[in-house]
Amino acid sequence: MSAFTLEDLKAVMRSAAGEDESLNLDGDILGVDFAALGYDSLALMEAASRLQRDLGVELPEEEVADAATPAAFLTLVNDRLAEAGTAR
Amino acid sequence: MDRRVVITGIGVVAPGDPGTKAFWQRIVEGRTATRTVSTFDPAPYRSRVAAECDFDPVREGLSPQEARRMDRAAQLLVVSAREALADSGLPDAAHDPGRVGVSVGSAVGCTMKLDEEYNVLSDGGRTWVVDPEYAVPHLYDYVVPSSLAAEVAWAAGAEGPATVVSAGCTSGIDAVGYACDLIEEGSADVMVAGAGDAPLSPITFACFDAIKATSNRNDTPESALRPFHRTRNGFVLGEGAAVMILEEYGHARRRGAQIYAHIDGFACRSNAYHMTALRPDGREMAAAITAALGRAGLAPDAVDYVNAHGTGTKQNDRHETRAFKRALGEHAHRVPVSSIKAVTGHSLGGIGSIEIAACALALTHGVVPPTANLDDPDPELDLDYVPLTAREKRLDAVLTVGSGFGGFQSAMVLTRRGAR
Amino acid sequence: MTAVVTGIGVAAPTGLGVEEFWAGTLKGASAIGPITRFDASGYPVGLAGEISGFDAAAQIPGRLLPQTDRVTQLALAATGWGLADADVDPARFGEFDMGVVTAGSIGGFEFGQRELQALWRDGPEHVSVYQSFAWFYAVNTGQISIRHGMRGPTGVLVTEQAGGLDALAQARRRVRAGTGLVVSGGMEAPLCPWGVAAHVRNGGLSRSRDRDRAFLPFDADAGGHVIGEGGAMLIVEDAGRARERGAPHVYGEIAGYCATFDPPGGTRLAEAITGALDDAGVDPSGIGAVFADASGVPSLDLVEADAIRRVFGKRSTPVPVTAPKTMFGRLSSGGGPVDVAAALLALRDGVVPPTVNVGDLAPGCELDLVREARPVPLSAALVIARGHHGFNSALVVRSAA
Repeated sequence: MSAFTLEDLKAVMRSAAGEDESLNLDGDILGVDFAALGYDSLALMEAASRLQRDLGVELPEEEVADAATPAAFLTLVNDRLAEAGTAR
Repeated sequence: MDRRVVITGIGVVAPGDPGTKAFWQRIVEGRTATRTVSTFDPAPYRSRVAAECDFDPVREGLSPQEARRMDRAAQLLVVSAREALADSGLPDAAHDPGRVGVSVGSAVGCTMKLDEEYNVLSDGGRTWVVDPEYAVPHLYDYVVPSSLAAEVAWAAGAEGPATVVSAGCTSGIDAVGYACDLIEEGSADVMVAGAGDAPLSPITFACFDAIKATSNRNDTPESALRPFHRTRNGFVLGEGAAVMILEEYGHARRRGAQIYAHIDGFACRSNAYHMTALRPDGREMAAAITAALGRAGLAPDAVDYVNAHGTGTKQNDRHETRAFKRALGEHAHRVPVSSIKAVTGHSLGGIGSIEIAACALALTHGVVPPTANLDDPDPELDLDYVPLTAREKRLDAVLTVGSGFGGFQSAMVLTRRGAR
Repeated sequence: MTAVVTGIGVAAPTGLGVEEFWAGTLKGASAIGPITRFDASGYPVGLAGEISGFDAAAQIPGRLLPQTDRVTQLALAATGWGLADADVDPARFGEFDMGVVTAGSIGGFEFGQRELQALWRDGPEHVSVYQSFAWFYAVNTGQISIRHGMRGPTGVLVTEQAGGLDALAQARRRVRAGTGLVVSGGMEAPLCPWGVAAHVRNGGLSRSRDRDRAFLPFDADAGGHVIGEGGAMLIVEDAGRARERGAPHVYGEIAGYCATFDPPGGTRLAEAITGALDDAGVDPSGIGAVFADASGVPSLDLVEADAIRRVFGKRSTPVPVTAPKTMFGRLSSGGGPVDVAAALLALRDGVVPPTVNVGDLAPGCELDLVREARPVPLSAALVIARGHHGFNSALVVRSAA
């Protein structure tokens, strides 16, 4: 299974939480807090919920809540994808 | 002349057995009514706990036709209203129906019927264009929740101003506050005021599951809602209604009515911050408390009991504790603060009125109901939350607060003898 | 203290923004047409007043789009227009000095339908995180207060078509109690399959497919009404403070209000009208125009015509009565505020907007119905709104002194 990339994450964030000048996903954002990018906990829960459905992986809510940055979120999703792959 | 408002009748249908007496006993004993959902199969849901009313509409006096016509929220409200009317003795007193109004709070209206009807009309969600031919005749009454106020008005024979106040989870306080405004300004002498919600249906569970706001302590449903507890992890959905007869003080005095309490202050504010999140400093709830006390002409240290919103979510209980400290200062550490929601669950718009009823009864009986399930308080929260056991205490003035989605913060001050 | 309207934001099928709406209204240009927002071909009704040309993305921040229903998008846009019209700088108001009081009847209904479908077709985990607040009745008050930093008193009232007037009266109460500014009005967006289905089941809707003959209040051929989407958000301020800050318009004063509830089989509409006149201190001869509720259901038209006659019958000349909603349909909680906006503009311009399409009046409904824009010098107008089940509200607006 192909890895979940930053571009994938940006796409799901845009559809889950919208897009405007107050939300900035350009530049080097991997280590920037979602809050500083303009995304609140609801946006992350919505994104996680969509990913669980689209990718068929389980993203435990505590781990989603703890993933404060895009880098952490990517790690979480990719670890889960890898687990799912091994299990199969 | 200054027109003041008193409560002269109370009717409650809360989780557990219906009736004001059963409700008061239960909250004083701290006997929780939260249990595994019984009205639908909760297996697919994250949270499977609810505070349910053991309520049969026909046993509680509704005719079979009324029971069929009404959504459960309306049933709870009308039964509460009839109890309140009988309790007040008002039906025996001559009064002009044009001077009697209705103010009913509800956050989500007739959700149960809407959920059920949608499922049928859309054939289980298979079609986007639903088929109106399959709808029950009263579908529109469920869609527009002003039907709740109409049902209560018919039950009371009211012909004055009637409305539904639907301000989310502060509806129950705001509806009573609205009724007070109408009496004080002279638009009515009597207001049948209260709130009810019956949201225990799949769509409600699904939408709170999505934001992880409800407790998923499904294995121990009776202790799932833990206000101010170290391990609290969300609220438990409940259902219920409370209706009170509010009267202009002189009107009540002239007919020799019993008086449970005076409502001396009400205020609401908005955090203008987020639809679901709370600003951590509690500033707006504190502002509502200060304004309500100001209207009552009371200093913060006159408050003998605080009935908290206490939903048992991480953020609410922290937010509220800060708001109490901000508004009441040092007195916040001395005054007993409790939440009845561990017992009653959170009936969204209904609970605010149920808590006003609890405050009126607390004033009457001189008893502070406890915070049930609070066997391990959160060390971060450092007020006196009246854990587990009720307390006898002379109460002259009590404060109740609510907080809801949309950023709404409301506060109401009730007194035994009238502060204004 | 006097509560005045200093800004008007209208989103109606006949126009977006106050001037477009007013120009279209005076011309009598109807916006009733076939339902296009979904395939209603299987429904027994086919007409509605739809708003066309509303681009939500151009009006509100993109981040609000995924979490809002059309009704909230319209309410946010109309609020923005109203605040701009009033030239309000929120920074010049105190922390808790601005409030929001709205009316709504069905919340974010199309959003709700989508999530109900997700629940029943796909399962609970498919329901959006936004459902908990995009659907509920309080959504517009919450979103408006957040967008404009309004932290003062809030409110949400539901009495179906009467609710918009109840909200404006509550805004007046708040201003009288000291709040500097209140955004108030009502907005609706019922034109999704689930929303129209509920109206169909309720009866009251006209089954006519002829856009010029479907909604004919007080007409001998009246056969129900057409529903529409939209509403208005008004900026309500204390007169003295509005003057102090140099508000560019003072459209008029919310001078009187009264609400009653009909007993089964009877009516208290006349009492509501009389109560509003008394509250305003205006006698029937002082009212220049009546903006009627105009149900279009014959029995309800009769009740309203009778109430108007009972209150105004002693005048030497009949009171002009109009129903601009014949151009866009009944808007539920949005209807009253749109009529109040039209009444205020009538006061400003000295012209009463027309009722369209109505021909011969039904027996018992012989009113002085305004059928073409009529120049009339007027200083006060009455708006009537009646909500399903018997909610009556009446509101008087008066030119500011």
